[in-house]
Parts: sequence; C-alpha cells; structure tokens
Amino acid sequence: MRRIVIAATALFAANTLSAQTPEEKGLQIAKEAEKADLGFGSSIVDLKMTLKNKNGQTSERFLTTRTLELTEDGDKSLIVFNSPKDVKGTATLTFTHKVGSDDQWLYLPSIKRVKRISSNNKSGPFVGSEFAYEDLSSQEVEKYTYKFLEQNGDLLLVEQDPVDPKSGYTRRIVTYNKDKGYRLEKVEFYDRKNALLKTLTYSDYKLYKDKFWRALTFEMVNHQSNKETLLRFSEYDFGTALSDDDFTEVALKRAGN
Amino acid sequence: MKDKLVAGKFTGNWFPPYDRRYTMKNYKIFPWILGLFFLTVASGQDDGEKASKPEGEFELELETEYRYFYNDAQFEGQKDHYPSIAFRPEYTLEWNKGYESINFTGFLRLDRDDERTHWDIRELYYLKAKGNWELSVGLKKIYWGVAESNHLVDIINQTDAVETFDGEEKLGQPMVQFSWVTDKVGTFDFFYLPYHRKRTFAGEAGRLRFGTVINQDDLGYESGAEEWRQDLAVRWKHYFGIFDLGLSHFYGNGREPLFTFDAQGNINAFYPVIHQSGLDLQITHGAFLWKLESIYRHADAQDFVALVAGLEYTFSNIDGNGLDIGLLGEYLYDERDELALTALQNDIFFGSRIAFNDTQDTSFLLGGIADLDGSSKIFSLEASRRFGSTWTAEIEARIFTDIEDNELILSNFRDDSFLRISISKYF
Repeated sequence: MRRIVIAATALFAANTLSAQTPEEKGLQIAKEAEKADLGFGSSIVDLKMTLKNKNGQTSERFLTTRTLELTEDGDKSLIVFNSPKDVKGTATLTFTHKVGSDDQWLYLPSIKRVKRISSNNKSGPFVGSEFAYEDLSSQEVEKYTYKFLEQNGDLLLVEQDPVDPKSGYTRRIVTYNKDKGYRLEKVEFYDRKNALLKTLTYSDYKLYKDKFWRALTFEMVNHQSNKETLLRFSEYDFGTALSDDDFTEVALKRAGN
Repeated sequence: MKDKLVAGKFTGNWFPPYDRRYTMKNYKIFPWILGLFFLTVASGQDDGEKASKPEGEFELELETEYRYFYNDAQFEGQKDHYPSIAFRPEYTLEWNKGYESINFTGFLRLDRDDERTHWDIRELYYLKAKGNWELSVGLKKIYWGVAESNHLVDIINQTDAVETFDGEEKLGQPMVQFSWVTDKVGTFDFFYLPYHRKRTFAGEAGRLRFGTVINQDDLGYESGAEEWRQDLAVRWKHYFGIFDLGLSHFYGNGREPLFTFDAQGNINAFYPVIHQSGLDLQITHGAFLWKLESIYRHADAQDFVALVAGLEYTFSNIDGNGLDIGLLGEYLYDERDELALTALQNDIFFGSRIAFNDTQDTSFLLGGIADLDGSSKIFSLEASRRFGSTWTAEIEARIFTDIEDNELILSNFRDDSFLRISISKYF
C-alpha cells in the first residue's frame, strides 16, 4: 500500500511537471539562472564603453564596476568613471532592492558632493549610450514576470515582462544557454509600443571558478536609431573580497578621488 | 541620476549667498607647509604597512576664460573685459588596492584683477581606509548639504569667492578627518582643523565688489590665536529608506567675516568665533527630492537661524531619447539683521535643469532668485558641452535686475551682470 502511494505521488509529481504552465516554466528558468550564479561573492571589473552613432563616429568611456553579492536583498554596486577626463571620478553607489525602488547616490568630484538621486529614471540612456539604466542594474528575479516560449537545443527562450510600470519596455525576449549555467546569450527589447527596439548580444564568455560565466563583450544595437554601444570588459577580479564597508558613502567618495 | 552624471562641475549651487563675494585674500601665510608636515607624519606612520604596487596618475586641466560685463562699471578702476587663464593639475598616488593614497589638486589663475590672479593647493592629503574607518591628513575639501540655491551647512572649507559667482570653489583646508562607519547608526565624521583660511576678495580692478576695496589685512580675528585657533567639527550622517539625514556641529573661527559699517561708511570686518549647528535632510520619493537645510549660529556678536527648504522634480527621458527636465524651487530664510551680509533673508529661488544625455553631455541650467520683500532679482543661465573627448565649453550669464538702492550688498553689483565663456582642455 505504501509503495502504491509513493508511486502515485511520483506519478502526480511527474504529471504536474509536464503540466507546468509557460509562466511557471519561465520563472523556473529565471530561478535556475539565478541559482547558477549564486556565491560569486564580489567582483571588480574595468570596462571600456564604445558609443557609435549612425554615421559610425565613436566615442569612448572607461569605467570600473565593483559588485557585492547579497542574497537577502539585491546586490550593491559602485561604478566609477575614469574617462572622459572632464567627468573623471564621477561615481554612483546603488543598493538594488528585489522589491521597490533602488537606493542610489551620486558623487560629483569637482565639488566633492554626494547627492542621493532618484532611481525613477529607468528607461533613460546611461551616459548617452544605448544601455538604459534598467539594462545595467542588477537583474533580480522579482523584477519580471515570465513566460517560457521555446527550446532550441540548449537554448531556452523566455519572455520577461517588467513589473515596474516605469520600465521602458513592454517585454524582453531572453535567450538562456541551459548547458552553460543558464548564461544569457541574447536579449531583445520591445519598446512601449511593442516594436523591436534593441538587441543585446553577449559574447567572449569566460568561465570563472568553474562556475561563473561572464561575457567579456556586450553589443547593444538600437534598431530604431541605428546606434550601437559596445562594452568590453577586462578580466574579472573575484579575488578581492569586498564587503559592505566598500559600498558606503565614505567608500563612494574615496573611489571617486 | 544621469542628468547629474553629465555635470560633475555643473550640478549644484548656482545662486550663492551674496556675502560670498566679500572675502579676502590670504596667501601670505599659506599653510601648504603645514600640509606637507602632516603628509610627512602620515607617511612615517605608514612605513610598517605592507603596500602593494603604487599607481600614480597625473592630469591637467587648462582653462581659458573670458568674462564680459556689459554695463559701465559702478566703481573706479573696474574693467569691462576680463580674459583669464587657469591651470588645475591633479596627481593621485594609490596603493594597497586603493585603501591608501596621496591626493593632490593644485590651482593657478591669471587675471586682469590682481586679486583674482591667485594660486592655491586645493587638496594635498594622505588617506588610509581600513574596514569601517577612514583617516585623511592634509589639505582637503569637504562638502555637506542637500540644497541647490544656498549651502548653509557646508562650513569646513573657506570660499574662494573671487573664483566663481556660485561660491562653490573652495580653498584647501588643513585637517585631520576621521570617519567611522557603523552598520546600524550611520557614519560619524570628526574633524580637527588647526588653521583658518581667510576669504579671497576682488581687488580694485575686479567686478562684484564693494565701493570700498576691502583691504585684506584689515580683517582680524575675535580669537587671540587668530588663524592658528584649533577648531573642531563633527558630523553624523545616516539614511533610513527614503530619508537621508545629517547633523553637524562646528566650533571655531567662522568662515564668513562679520561686517560692521561706521558713520563714514567705512567697513570693519573680522572673523568671529562661532558655534554652528546644522541639519540637512533629503527625502527621495519617486521623482521628487524634498530638501531642507538649516543652521543655528551663535557668536558673541551674533545669534541667528537660517534655512533653505525646497524640492526638485525631474521629468526623465521625455522624448524617449534621454531628455531630462528638472524643476527646482527653494525658499530661503535668514534671521540676520543689518550685520548680515546675506541678501537671502526672505527669497524664493526657481530653476530648471535640462540635460540631453547625449554623447557630449549637453546640459543647461536656468534659474532666478527673487526677493520677496522687494524687486531685486538675479537670473542665470549656464550651458555646457563636451567636444571630442578632451575639450569642454561652458557659457554662463548672470543678470542683476531691479536691484533696490537699499540693498546693502546687492546694490554694489547692480551693474555687474556678465557673460562668461570658458573652454577647457584636459591632458
């Protein structure tokens, strides 16, 4: 009798698994991807941002990003500009929250001022690039609702709808690579009119600590303006054990000097 | 955040308290030797540290500026055209993963006004951070506060008033600063300030001055120790959700000179010993920033309360292309009577910040300040843009209109509306 119950339960479980709705499966994939990247602790990376206008003219920015992984709430990050030289030392400190608005402070080196700023502007361009603020903020599972679309070999396509009405998108079509720790291969962004706006392609992936995939190249193409932004990352440094002390207003001023 | 990212040099106070014009020059006992002394002591202490490879970085900003005052001068000796050139070298040496560094920022300007021709060491300090504390020793610049039209609580550094109209340029202040960051109860900053810097003042050939050219040497101190009075300050800063709160106290030589006028109209001025308590609060709620700054200053000759309260609201990414338009409004109150230099005793400020968030960081600031008790008004416009990757250009206009004759301070600037163009090259 006991055996039958177990068998029945197993059957039931299998049944519910296959009966998983596209929404449940999409959410499950997002959670798997989050789990796969769990435990990186902290990282430091330098990056070069190349902005290309529709005539092919380019301009460059150099930044350093420090990230501290938090599990209870969203990650903390500190971004410092190293160029152009007139904004060198400008820095931002962001405390991402899984639910609700992020907390954000800006450091202006010329007058040594720290200013708490609104994180309301998600859809605006980050320093004139094709990346919106929301594209670069910590990707928490809670920030979207999900719908699984299709599977092509190892590639899983999931539609993500932003929870926040201030988002500039109606939806994003995200391609996960199931075989490579659910790393992202591509994201397509649809604007508020549901027209394809941008495509972000990740490449030059590198595996750190046998677990963490990091793309060293991000290419964002805006299909409506024909502008592009390329991010090239240097090697990630997971070795410097950063702590909460490296993500304070005092640390923000120090980083910007 | 981006509208401000644009504008490291741009965001902030573009309507200064007018008293910041009246400052004095004091380079004769320049305390850079003191700074060097601190530095030597600090590096001496550091010998035992295991230092990683030091990384040095040198930069230089070269600025050419042209100021044009389009009204005939009110006072003898003043000019209309002021071409000028300024140098801002910076050097940073970092080691121990950036937890230790030496930071230097110099400044030199050449101008038609002999008093505006001046140099300064803006910063020269050694910094060490470890865990939840940080120590700085040397000449440094500190900023406190949240408001845009007036910086009441910001008191650590002396204003380099000949430099800009907005009063945001500061002289390097010798200090020992100790910051202690706690998990639960915020950040505590302790300052030991061993030397006072006097304000800079425009010379005879300069605009934006009194009818009488202020003789810097005439400004003395209430304290017998004069500029060597050992001053102290402390600040507590914390944030709770959408609230950012700071409380501060300063005890020492005031940064603002106290002015008195005798029957002949002669000015007598000195630096009083003051106690100043400050409060700054910002509430960041959606696209709204609500701001409050208030001070209570106590000296033997003077006791007063002042405040600035207002808000900032930003319509972001209006055109889907990054255009941000911010609106600002602030009310200014100052209890001081005739002894005070400020004209901001009961005024309203309004302004707009427009940022295009393009590759060149094009942005504009427009604003006006109006006296609620009279007709006096000041309007301003600032615009800036980057060209290529190492050039920037700025345009600034300040317009004084309907200045009333009974304005003790502002009446001196009645004819000092100006246009300023500057071009900077970064090396």
